[in-house]
Amino acid sequence: MSDPMQEIMASFFVECEELHEALIDALQTMADGEHDNETINVAFRAVHSIKGGAGAFGLEDLVGFSHQFETVMDACRSGELAISDELVQLFLRCGDMLSDLIRCSRDGEPCDTAASNALITELSAFAGAEEAGGEPEEAVDFQPMTLSFDDLDDAPSGGDGLPDLPPLDPLPPEATTEEATPSGSALIVNFKPEPELYESGNEPLFLLRSLADLGHCDIKLNFTAPDNLSDLDKLGVRLGWQVAVETESPPSAIDEIFEFATGLCQLDVSAPESEATANTANEDAPEPVAEISEVQPPAPLAPELPTQLTESTPAKPAPAAAPAPAAAAPAATKTTAKVSPTVRVDLERIERLVNLVGELVINQAMLSQSIAEESIPPNSPVAAGLDEFMQLTRNIQESVMMIRAQPVKSLFQRMSRIVREASAAVDKSVRLVTEGETTEIDKTAIECLADPLTHMIRNAVDHGLEPTETRIANGKSRQGEIRLAAAHRSGRVVIEVSDDGGGINREKVHSIARKKGLVPEDASLTDGEIDQLLFLPGFSTADEVSALSGRGVGMDVVKTQITSLGGRIAIESTPGVGTKFSISLPLTLAVLDGMVVTVAGETLVVPLNSIVETLSLTESDLRPVGPNQVVLCVREKFVPVLDLGKELGYRDALSIEKGAIALLISPEEGALVAMLVDTIEDQRQVVIKGMQESYGRVRGVAAATILGDGKIALILDASDIAQSASGVKFDTARKEAS
Amino acid sequence: MTQISERDPNPADTNGHEQTEFLSFRIGESEYSVEIMSVREIRGWTKTTSLPHAPRFVRGVINLRGTVLPVVDLAMRLGLDETEPEDRNVIIVVDVGSRVMGLRVDAVSDILSFTRDQLQPPPDVATSSNAPFVKALTILDDRMVRLLDLEVVLPTGEEIAA
Repeated sequence: MSDPMQEIMASFFVECEELHEALIDALQTMADGEHDNETINVAFRAVHSIKGGAGAFGLEDLVGFSHQFETVMDACRSGELAISDELVQLFLRCGDMLSDLIRCSRDGEPCDTAASNALITELSAFAGAEEAGGEPEEAVDFQPMTLSFDDLDDAPSGGDGLPDLPPLDPLPPEATTEEATPSGSALIVNFKPEPELYESGNEPLFLLRSLADLGHCDIKLNFTAPDNLSDLDKLGVRLGWQVAVETESPPSAIDEIFEFATGLCQLDVSAPESEATANTANEDAPEPVAEISEVQPPAPLAPELPTQLTESTPAKPAPAAAPAPAAAAPAATKTTAKVSPTVRVDLERIERLVNLVGELVINQAMLSQSIAEESIPPNSPVAAGLDEFMQLTRNIQESVMMIRAQPVKSLFQRMSRIVREASAAVDKSVRLVTEGETTEIDKTAIECLADPLTHMIRNAVDHGLEPTETRIANGKSRQGEIRLAAAHRSGRVVIEVSDDGGGINREKVHSIARKKGLVPEDASLTDGEIDQLLFLPGFSTADEVSALSGRGVGMDVVKTQITSLGGRIAIESTPGVGTKFSISLPLTLAVLDGMVVTVAGETLVVPLNSIVETLSLTESDLRPVGPNQVVLCVREKFVPVLDLGKELGYRDALSIEKGAIALLISPEEGALVAMLVDTIEDQRQVVIKGMQESYGRVRGVAAATILGDGKIALILDASDIAQSASGVKFDTARKEAS
Repeated sequence: MTQISERDPNPADTNGHEQTEFLSFRIGESEYSVEIMSVREIRGWTKTTSLPHAPRFVRGVINLRGTVLPVVDLAMRLGLDETEPEDRNVIIVVDVGSRVMGLRVDAVSDILSFTRDQLQPPPDVATSSNAPFVKALTILDDRMVRLLDLEVVLPTGEEIAA
């Protein structure tokens, strides 16, 4: 394939992702019980556009599946198919499958046709169609026609007291067929000027334009050619238009447009055939006949469909110029498209910009350092200019970081899929509630959060929520609820995963930890400490390993991943009420405020947010507890002391003396550790330079940065150091708890 | 220094006539080389920032125009005598696969060019500790040149974690 084609294809897949996002969004809204037509339409349009694009690229699997999907959805749209929870769940699964198919098509991988066919079968079972799964191609051809079948099918039966509307402007059947396909036509306007219209100086173009102002228009020219050119009446009118307007406006708005043309043209405003489109069922329908009514009565439900009408479905016929049925009116208004203009930029370019800004920050640090060394008076123009420069740098940096920030919505959407799959696997009914989807965090963080969140959600479904029987026995609703919330809080992003399950069974957790030798037999732990046990490697509470979780790798990995992002994780659990995990992340991953310290001749940066306070030790602070061990007494609490130089392997342990400088850090909620450093140099913003790619992960080191002198300094992962320091873990927790 | 039994170089025949260029450098008394295509740049020695818990042969990291570049002390990596870095030393920045690393060597000596068939695999008898790192040997003006296998020389993730 040539390059331009690939480019187009690439942008199609990008679009697909967006469309898919819109689809899932809409389906989610439906799952929450809002079945309004606009929502269904959004979902339908998304699938329809995916199908259209896929067709253009010959991605047959995708076309076939999305076609079937679309068909059933269209049936809902027209009210033929009542929207049940079951159906919405099926739609959601189809949405998942669609994303799989899109991915497969993009990567050129073979698709899981068995799974997609299974879903197609399910879909068609809903639609009552028999031709499912088989020939999508045929289906494509067949589907639009059914609109007419439906009509014809119903017309003779006529049992519902539907008025037999007179056919207007007969069109060849193909035209109608095509007509039916544009998404969500709401009103059909048949407009044929009389010669008088032209004589009075009216211009149909303007009328058509005004129509287009109401909403998206699908305009079709009706042209009746004279049999013989010589018969042509030069002043006669042969052109007419059929316009499908997707609008919320009542038909009276259309009358207004044509106000000045009244009497000068044949005008006919009618309700759409939206009800009819999707029923693929009636195979026994008679052959299509050319005489097809433009004004279609809302099709009554096909007998074999397991349906009831939704409220919004128009039950009344829609004669010409009658108020548009509620079902159809909002059909195609692009209310959802109120997005400020955006530019799609290659992530790599942004990365480059971020890196350059990083360089700028480093350069500025170097500059200030050399100016300081020159001992230039602080009130000189140079110093003032430098201040301004620093201010600007900071602003630029913040703006650049904002470019990288993205709403967590896409992440949350992925999670809704996880909930669906997980709840199906363990046979629990679970509802995912999301909050703060618009909260923005760094793109890299979004990517890195997917795995930990997936794991936590699965845990919540599998372990967090009780089995349905237990829930009912405890007087809770049958359906479990998992809440996923994101918010900005004091310079950090907090993401919470909570469930309304039984809470952590602390007794069980404790006994398992004892059995596995993770805690000493006789240790008595507080609730908070027991909760922390979940983060220990090799811990698993599930009695049986289920398909979902319980393999003993889990929360410890989650914690490591969160920590590597510079985040923290905390648990809150109330028996019988639920469990809440809170992840708190720094806003940006590229810059952090750090304290520059020296240890054993090495310059290190400790993230400011991990430092609780800094202390200069006095004699009374230090209490010996063993031959070589000292604890620090801070406000009546005993805190273990670590020598940073020793922990990093730079030197042998120092004897801890008074006057030493200690940083008090909190590796986890409620615990404290003191770390000895030689000097505190500075407090400043540093640019984070990853070391993972070039070198790998270093224990106790989060990343590196470049200081004003061009040297590299390591950014410490204080919690990691504190936790990996031998023997500290449990001492910390217990002493703190006292 | 290990001396490996010498053999006559194969006369260039069949294929592999194309001249390939190699950057040769000195560590202690012996001469090593790497394919020049994997060399990004050569820079003077700068003090490294040492990494905690790193293997001994990892000298630390340096700032290479804004990126963090790990530096491997080649002498230590190859199991040769350890020397304190001095200002005359150089860091050869190599690019292997997707990884960029610096190699600290004593000095860069030459750019050599020879054909593929002048290269011989190291004989099995080589028991020296640096044997796995040497991909091939060749003789040039009576000097033996060792061609290093950079894939092996650069530490893997496990080695670093160990």
